Amino acid sequence: MSAARDDVAFINRRSFIELHARERASTLFDVGTARELLGPFDRVESPWLPLQGVTPQSDDGCVVMKGKIAGRAVVVVALEGAFQGGSLGEVSGAKLTAALDLARADSEQGIPTAAVMLLETGGVRLQEANLGLAAIAEIMASILGLRRYAPVISVVAGTVGCFGGMSLAAGLSSYIVMTREARLGLNGPEVIEQESGIDEFDSSDRSLIWAINGGEQRHAMGLADVLVDDDSEQIGGAIRQLIEQGVPTQHRSSQAAFYRERIRALDPSRQFDPKDLRATWHAGVLAEAGK
Amino acid sequence: MSDYTGVRGRVWFRALTGQDSPLAGDPKSVLTADAPIGASRARFLCVVPDSQGRFPCARHGEVGLEEAYTLAARVHEVIEQDRNNTKRPIVAIVDVKSQAYGRREETAAIFLAAAAAADAYGSARMAGHPVIALVVGHAISGGFLTHGYQANRILAFDDAGVMIHAMHKEAAARITRRSVESLEKLGKTIAPLSYDVRDFAKLGLLHELLQVSDPDHPSDEETQKVRDKLLAAIEDARRGPFDLGNRLESPEARETRQATLRTRALLESQWRAGT
Repeated sequence: MSAARDDVAFINRRSFIELHARERASTLFDVGTARELLGPFDRVESPWLPLQGVTPQSDDGCVVMKGKIAGRAVVVVALEGAFQGGSLGEVSGAKLTAALDLARADSEQGIPTAAVMLLETGGVRLQEANLGLAAIAEIMASILGLRRYAPVISVVAGTVGCFGGMSLAAGLSSYIVMTREARLGLNGPEVIEQESGIDEFDSSDRSLIWAINGGEQRHAMGLADVLVDDDSEQIGGAIRQLIEQGVPTQHRSSQAAFYRERIRALDPSRQFDPKDLRATWHAGVLAEAGK
Repeated sequence: MSDYTGVRGRVWFRALTGQDSPLAGDPKSVLTADAPIGASRARFLCVVPDSQGRFPCARHGEVGLEEAYTLAARVHEVIEQDRNNTKRPIVAIVDVKSQAYGRREETAAIFLAAAAAADAYGSARMAGHPVIALVVGHAISGGFLTHGYQANRILAFDDAGVMIHAMHKEAAARITRRSVESLEKLGKTIAPLSYDVRDFAKLGLLHELLQVSDPDHPSDEETQKVRDKLLAAIEDARRGPFDLGNRLESPEARETRQATLRTRALLESQWRAGT
């Protein structure tokens, strides 16, 4: 992606991050093709939140839309970061899993249907604890089921980022698209500070967080496929291109031997410098690409 | 409800396989062995604590970078070896404290390592390998997603030392702004919040709860009993299908996961209605 930011383009760009989940999803489709499934008027809400005095939301913070992108069948699932931190509960988890399973069923019937996941999430919704974790295990299984037939694309735009169990879902995807504002990781900085102490991770150190989890770093390390600006046009373009590219020859998460060697080569007697690691891994990415 | 001891994984790995050491080239925190079960053999895998491990945040039974990639590699090995043969069963013996919470882990992308292990287990299941998780102790959060939760059948001991959960109690209480006491009280009425394995069983995700009188010291007789249960689960899993659909079919799931079933049914009918 070119990061050319001439003044006019910068002023005219339409921010993606500032959009809510529903707008984010609808902006990606070919004009007039999108249809929301199980929308807020169906009122399928979390049965567990009211039991704990938490107001549910009539779409459970998860928007499912089906339609066409670049003329091909696609389902987009957008998590709403503004509702319970985009966390996965029973209903939002079931929506995402069902969307992936239906895309697989259509793909098996000869209508390849890609999935785009717009991930703004801290992972499991702790008010639904074990059903949230179970839902994420099922989402992961469904990604593995679909990605044999059609690409599964994860987009982490920001500002919530993608953490917890859903970072594994991103890891299983065919492609990951990130902005510089986005963060991707298993454990958020606050969690690490709580579990392992402030010497391990100072969660108030913003530059450290972005140096490790930020989109630019993930992309440079070969862990995200496309780095985009916070621009709806650019993000839409990247998604169209990846959908046209189709299923990758080999998924990143299937290259265990390759990454195992990378970990073996590290010296964990001290913390890793994100810049050094970026340089080493980036060289590896280039070498792989040249093969 | 007991704290994590990290003893049970090794104890049951030894009981079921007769072996106790890692394979050549593997970290000491991952035990892998092929051992007889019924008339054939199965691959057993287990993550155990290693106080001398290279990564300081993964020395106490957490699943870290090395553990996740080793599990992934050892499971892919089975898929490769059995490509044209009968699919060997894979048994994940689960007693994991959690995922590793460290800066090194995040910098080197533990999310991808964890995904790689889940990818391996899930790919094995889809290729027709019976994948069984045997929860003998703790199965917490990302640790369980990485090692065990992609299994077609999950067995767990019916024992107070067994804990399957999204987050350990203290952290969950802190994040949801509750006391540990009020969290425990809520768990008595709201099944998904409970830390008790019998409440977990109400979610319908388990194939079976196993009665074992002394899970810290398995006798030969009880080991054989568990082996028989594993074998029955393996035979059941072989019949397919190879997805996780069975988790929604139990009477418990039909009761507790009504919202999941309703969501799936409605979404499917609306999906079909438009095409």
